[in-house]
Amino acid sequence: MNTLNTAMVEKYRNDFLKEVEENVEEGHWVKMCMQCGVCSGSCPFGPDWEHPPQEIFMMIRAGKRDEVLATESMWMCTSCYNCIVRCPRELPITHIMHGLANYAHRLGLAPKMNPTRRFAKIFWNNIAKTGRVNEMALSLKLYFMDGFASGVKKSLAMAGVGLGMLKTKRLNPFTLFRHKGVEKPKQLQAMLKKAKEIEDRRKGLAS
Amino acid sequence: MTNTVATNETILVVGAGISGLTAALESAECGKNVVLIEKNPSVGGRVSQLYKYFPKLCRPSCGLEINLRRLKANPRIKLLTMAEVTGIEGEPGDYRVAVQLQPRYVNENCTACGACAEAVTAEIDDPYNYQLKQIKAAYLPHNMAYPQRYVIDPSILGTEDAEKAKAACRYGAIDLDMQPQSIEIQAGAIIWATGWKPYDAAKIQPYGYDRFANVITSVEFERMMDPFGPTGGKLLRPSDGREAKNVAFIQCAGSRDRNHLTHCSRICCMASLKQATYIGEQYGDDSDARASIYYIDIRVIDRFEDFYEQVRADERVHFIKSKVANITEDRANGDVILHGVDTEGYHRYDNPHELCVLAIGMEPSVDASQINGGVASDASGFIAAGESTGAIFGAGCATNALDVNRAVQSATAASLRAIQVVNQVARAEA
Repeated sequence: MNTLNTAMVEKYRNDFLKEVEENVEEGHWVKMCMQCGVCSGSCPFGPDWEHPPQEIFMMIRAGKRDEVLATESMWMCTSCYNCIVRCPRELPITHIMHGLANYAHRLGLAPKMNPTRRFAKIFWNNIAKTGRVNEMALSLKLYFMDGFASGVKKSLAMAGVGLGMLKTKRLNPFTLFRHKGVEKPKQLQAMLKKAKEIEDRRKGLAS
Repeated sequence: MTNTVATNETILVVGAGISGLTAALESAECGKNVVLIEKNPSVGGRVSQLYKYFPKLCRPSCGLEINLRRLKANPRIKLLTMAEVTGIEGEPGDYRVAVQLQPRYVNENCTACGACAEAVTAEIDDPYNYQLKQIKAAYLPHNMAYPQRYVIDPSILGTEDAEKAKAACRYGAIDLDMQPQSIEIQAGAIIWATGWKPYDAAKIQPYGYDRFANVITSVEFERMMDPFGPTGGKLLRPSDGREAKNVAFIQCAGSRDRNHLTHCSRICCMASLKQATYIGEQYGDDSDARASIYYIDIRVIDRFEDFYEQVRADERVHFIKSKVANITEDRANGDVILHGVDTEGYHRYDNPHELCVLAIGMEPSVDASQINGGVASDASGFIAAGESTGAIFGAGCATNALDVNRAVQSATAASLRAIQVVNQVARAEA
């Protein structure tokens, strides 16, 4: 088990709301929810969520730690911001969803095979390396994330789009080998490392 | 009319709705001289536009009749209609208030016979019926209007219609040369009772008030029940004039929402419960009749709880704990479809209804910052209750979202405070 998770369970015992307030981005808003349901009703992916945002807020307050952190629900958020716009109490619901997903990931409780989580990891590793997204590498990595056979299948399915992009010079296959990043990627990586240290210290997540 | 004798022992009451009427009557019945001014051509305000009061479900016309009798019988009250305050100067015990009088084009000779309305052909939107009905441009604001005198709408001035109206009047009551007038009224204290207005429903974008014919507001629904109203007392939906039997009510439409009005408008829960009883009143045991109330929480306290229990026991009334996320329209039949997720079980719904009533929020008619350069107020622009700026005292819905009962209490309180000020003036001068 993730040592950070063990530490957090020990620290907050039966107060999951407090844990969320102190560790999840914008988590201090959770107690402001008045359970009107506009967020859930406004979510375009709402029917596909196991627990809509309104229910997640109630589950947090009810201390359902394991269920909340392990659910795929908040990983469904596409950041359309409909919920934030309509929330009568102006809760930053989108940000809370991402905050929860991130926190679950840090604790090692996020669903391992969740495609959004896996894509987010691939994206982050890609961009953090050189400071610019290498689109060619990103798409290939994404297509092949479930193995060679399905990767070939997905690539073939997208071949038409790819060729079209190639023709209009929107895609350069050579960037796979020579990708132009920022001027000093080492410095960028140092900055990111420092930022993570500061964030971890502030949230008490340093392990 | 314009030679109003007022002194610094006079109490000026601004607005002659239920609060202003009450404040004026209570002050006058305590022996004070009162000038009561009203923007509209008749008194009674929004209460006169109600079909029934909650919780007793009696008719407001009854209470209004009593108050009108008190008003007519009291020589200490000077009533000015079609009058608006344009400026206030002075200090407690010595205010000079500028008032603008709009011409009615009908003088005191009017007997309300209606000959002018018959002669006129032009029609205007009826403000008494929230613009849902067309009336002649020479009109009596409503059946119980006081003063019981017709009004000529300025839009027909200089047209043939105006001359026709003048010619039809056998009492010489129509004076087309009337001009707007500015007068000054002296007063020791001012009671500000300008009341409330419904929040602009079109601003609640997801509910489509401006796009869907069958999304209406609670005040409009109330007018439909009036036998003399736009639908002759039937619940006919605007899109096709069919009887609406499956009616949805959306609570907190504009209220308790940081995107709209932050405050709870307080009357809407009881208003929708009351309006749910209209469904039963209209359709009896018709099995198609149903009212569905979508709510965040039902805010009925004290004795109102009994009313809530009664309505809850009616199997035609359904309660859905959910703030509706958005509304779409079924183009084929004009029904509105309410979308959302309920809080009791998190079930997603897409419920069709024939008519949707928005329990619209209350906002002050006049923002407190506009009164005499700004008086003490809360975040919503209501005059702060219990505080006062000089001797300008708020009464009724100008101070808060109140039901009729509490508005009357608030008006009595304001009256007492104003009386104390003019008593001090009287003592100082004695």
